[in-house]
Amino acid sequence: MPKDHGIGAAQKRREDVRFLTGAGKYTDDINVYGQTYCHFLRSDVAHGKITSIDTSAAEAMPGVVRIFTGKDFEGIGGLPCGWQVTDKNGDPMKEPPHPVLAQGKVRHVGDPICAVIAETLDQARDAAEAIELEIEELPAVVDMRAALESGSALVHDELTDNLCYDWQFGSDQAAVDKAFADAAHVTTLELVNNRLVANPMEPRVAVAEYARANDESTLYTTSQNPHVIRLLMGAFVLGIPEHKLRVVAPDVGGGFGTKIFHYAEEAFVTFAARQINRPVKWTSTRSEAFMSDAHGRDHVTKIELALDAENNFIGLRTDTLANMGAYLSTFSSSVPTWLHGTLMAGNYKTPAIQVNVKAVFTNTVPVDAYRGAGRPEATFQLERLVDKAARELGVDPIKLRRQNFIESFPYATPVAVEYDTGDYVATMDKLEEMIDVPGFAARRAESEAKGKLRGLGVNCYIEACGIAPSNLVGQLGARAGLYDAATVRVNATGSISVMVGAHSHGQGHETAFPQVVADMLGIDESMIDIVHGDTSKIPFGMGTYGSRSLAVCGSAMVRATEKIINKAKKIAAHLMEASEGDIELKDGMFTVAGTDKSVAWGDVTLAAYVPHNYPLTEIEPGLEETAFYDPANFTYPAGAYACEVEVDPDTGKVTIERFAAADDFGNVVNPMIVEGQVHGGIAQGIGQALLESCIYDADGQLLSASYMDYAMPRAGDVPFYMVDHSCATPCTHNPLGVKGCGEAGAIGSPPAVVNAVLDALNHAGHDVAHIDMPVSPHRVWKAMQG
Amino acid sequence: MTKVTMTVNGKAVSKEVRGNMLMTEFLRDELHLTGTHVGCDTSQCGACNIHVNGETVKGCTIFAAECDGAEVGTIEGQANADGSLNVIQQAFQDHHGLQCGFCTPGMVMSAATLLKENPKPTEAEIRHYLEGNICRCTGYHNIVKAIMAASGQDVSTIAAE
Repeated sequence: MPKDHGIGAAQKRREDVRFLTGAGKYTDDINVYGQTYCHFLRSDVAHGKITSIDTSAAEAMPGVVRIFTGKDFEGIGGLPCGWQVTDKNGDPMKEPPHPVLAQGKVRHVGDPICAVIAETLDQARDAAEAIELEIEELPAVVDMRAALESGSALVHDELTDNLCYDWQFGSDQAAVDKAFADAAHVTTLELVNNRLVANPMEPRVAVAEYARANDESTLYTTSQNPHVIRLLMGAFVLGIPEHKLRVVAPDVGGGFGTKIFHYAEEAFVTFAARQINRPVKWTSTRSEAFMSDAHGRDHVTKIELALDAENNFIGLRTDTLANMGAYLSTFSSSVPTWLHGTLMAGNYKTPAIQVNVKAVFTNTVPVDAYRGAGRPEATFQLERLVDKAARELGVDPIKLRRQNFIESFPYATPVAVEYDTGDYVATMDKLEEMIDVPGFAARRAESEAKGKLRGLGVNCYIEACGIAPSNLVGQLGARAGLYDAATVRVNATGSISVMVGAHSHGQGHETAFPQVVADMLGIDESMIDIVHGDTSKIPFGMGTYGSRSLAVCGSAMVRATEKIINKAKKIAAHLMEASEGDIELKDGMFTVAGTDKSVAWGDVTLAAYVPHNYPLTEIEPGLEETAFYDPANFTYPAGAYACEVEVDPDTGKVTIERFAAADDFGNVVNPMIVEGQVHGGIAQGIGQALLESCIYDADGQLLSASYMDYAMPRAGDVPFYMVDHSCATPCTHNPLGVKGCGEAGAIGSPPAVVNAVLDALNHAGHDVAHIDMPVSPHRVWKAMQG
Repeated sequence: MTKVTMTVNGKAVSKEVRGNMLMTEFLRDELHLTGTHVGCDTSQCGACNIHVNGETVKGCTIFAAECDGAEVGTIEGQANADGSLNVIQQAFQDHHGLQCGFCTPGMVMSAATLLKENPKPTEAEIRHYLEGNICRCTGYHNIVKAIMAASGQDVSTIAAE
């Protein structure tokens, strides 16, 4: 019998009612009395020197309130990067300034140069057309390899080259060299992890207002982490102290990483509202989103696997070029390093691993975390490589994986992390059952009878979620702590508001988080509401990304609820004239062990706020507790994915016929929400594998800047997915035993799709070692022609 | 400025509007019906889908002036008279057919016209019909399932093979 209450229940989402009736309140739905509208004049060239800006004609246009240029930001801090990476020589990464509005140079198509504030949006746009701007175009740096050649044009003139850092990590050089020297077989693969655009369906929006009398600023913004924006913008860009700056992220229409970062536009509207003493609103168009939202992925990698004569993995080394774009976005530097290199062991007990990453500046939009952030890049290269090794050795790819699985935990990898739990055999067993491996031959025969090729692709993945602990990440260069916070406020009548630092933008926190508290207290979920997304209401919080909400913020909520229970038991003991140690809480009733005495939850909460009969000398009135939780380790969700494709040999078109995902997320609070997260991640992974590609031409022009040019997965591109999370090994170090499920689908699915396509082609006699993503009909057809 | 008169969710409205005002602007800015969302500039995503004289139309591709005299329906008018969710909305909640909620109004509006035209659509027909509605969260699995369920079909065995 499935649970209908508390942890483990597939409760329907309470937030759905407002979203389904048009009553959601997204940032663009917010209009402030007297607001002005902002339009940014952006660079239409990839690289150039600004030789003159004349705004005089534009300023005289109807409705124009004020026009800002880079001059207005001289001496004001630029946008900071939140992670300092140290390169292999011990030098800090190069960290050129990232101005709010361009200072003398433009460095990517979409770089903001001027901002026009007007009474209406049309007036702002019209006036921007009248700005006389002269840019002397410079050679654009687009290709990463060319960017590193001597003599390349420089994205940042003050640097000597376009290299941000050269990072090396993992086992001793000698150990890795020995593994490759001893190898019976070495498999090598060069591949591209294609550049993507996150594309949450809600474009970014920022609305700022300023109360001059109190010197208080409020920013409404489409953010996954309003406190992080308050900290970065307040302390590093505009110099506004936290108590004078409120950041609100109301309903947010998807994030996928791209709404983590602090962006120029939100700093600008906050600054401008103070300058003109009126509210300022900016709403991104979709094309602006393509040229100003941080992009994802964009790695070029060479990876090599050393195997002994028994096909055991004995060494692994990778060389990656990682595109940073023109500036360092908030967490950009951490993605190809600590979020990628540390995952290179995957699910395998390879004893010697070395990871090399060169991060490169180019005249493109900044690149930062996108769903999975570093882990999809690690998984794709490793799982493609293992498949290639199996083909070269003529062994079954599933058997080769199983033979090399890590099977005892905890397991310390050669790349610095310690997996606390896992059962990779169990998820692979489950996957084989779900996808029906024995039935594949018959399905292949059916496809062949229709003139189609059929392939089965399988892979594993491991990821690291809930990035922590703070003292460790601090040593690794993080400029922030990675804990989270929650306040449980019990009201006099027993209802509860839980203020959480995590932010829900599709993940269903408003439903799932109360399930946890309700379970702990034995009361109904309807008595509990979650408050999130407003720095004026919440103690603090690092927000939602890296599949961390439940593992980190949920744990803070558990700790705060435990404090509530402890205090409530003291009150109950007083009311029942019993010893505190004898008090038990079950189903919302406090009882004295071994007696028939009881008081209800509501009696205790009322006593806390009307403390007539209350142990005032021992405890304070009221019932509200806050906890900050800093995890002891990452969590390590893992699993195995399988994809079956049909390939049309005449056109090269790939169709996904079946898809199965067996995930280990540890304990699960709301299985319906978890499955939904996996579905969405898989679709994004299929999008990366088959459809999506962000393309710049050789001059740095962005060719894919709308949904006409950038192929988003649509309903007809994907199948129903088979998903399972029953092979659970609970996390050992957080109170809920949860691991995080938000990114798994996007991490686990791209290699399954590409492995399946290659299986189809090779089985049909085409000797194809690799096809880069997106595996488009043209690429498949070309590969088939040899 | 042009005067437009139309019925929106059963209520008569009359406003002076710019000739180039899109229906999305008219609904959002003039009528404060912010459930109709704008997700792209190129009539691709369908977050702005509304009903005009019973047909699904992208609100970003039609001027308010073109809707003069029309019967317009938006997401705000879809619930039952007592405020409870209609069959399609309820199926979306029951089957977790939404996450961030941004594309959802457009999905519900499309689903309503689909089921009017084709009361028992197959999976393939639903996926084809939703070609003009992009969702980035759900992977479409539960949207397709919800629409099948709203049409009275048994969805209990989907992907349980």
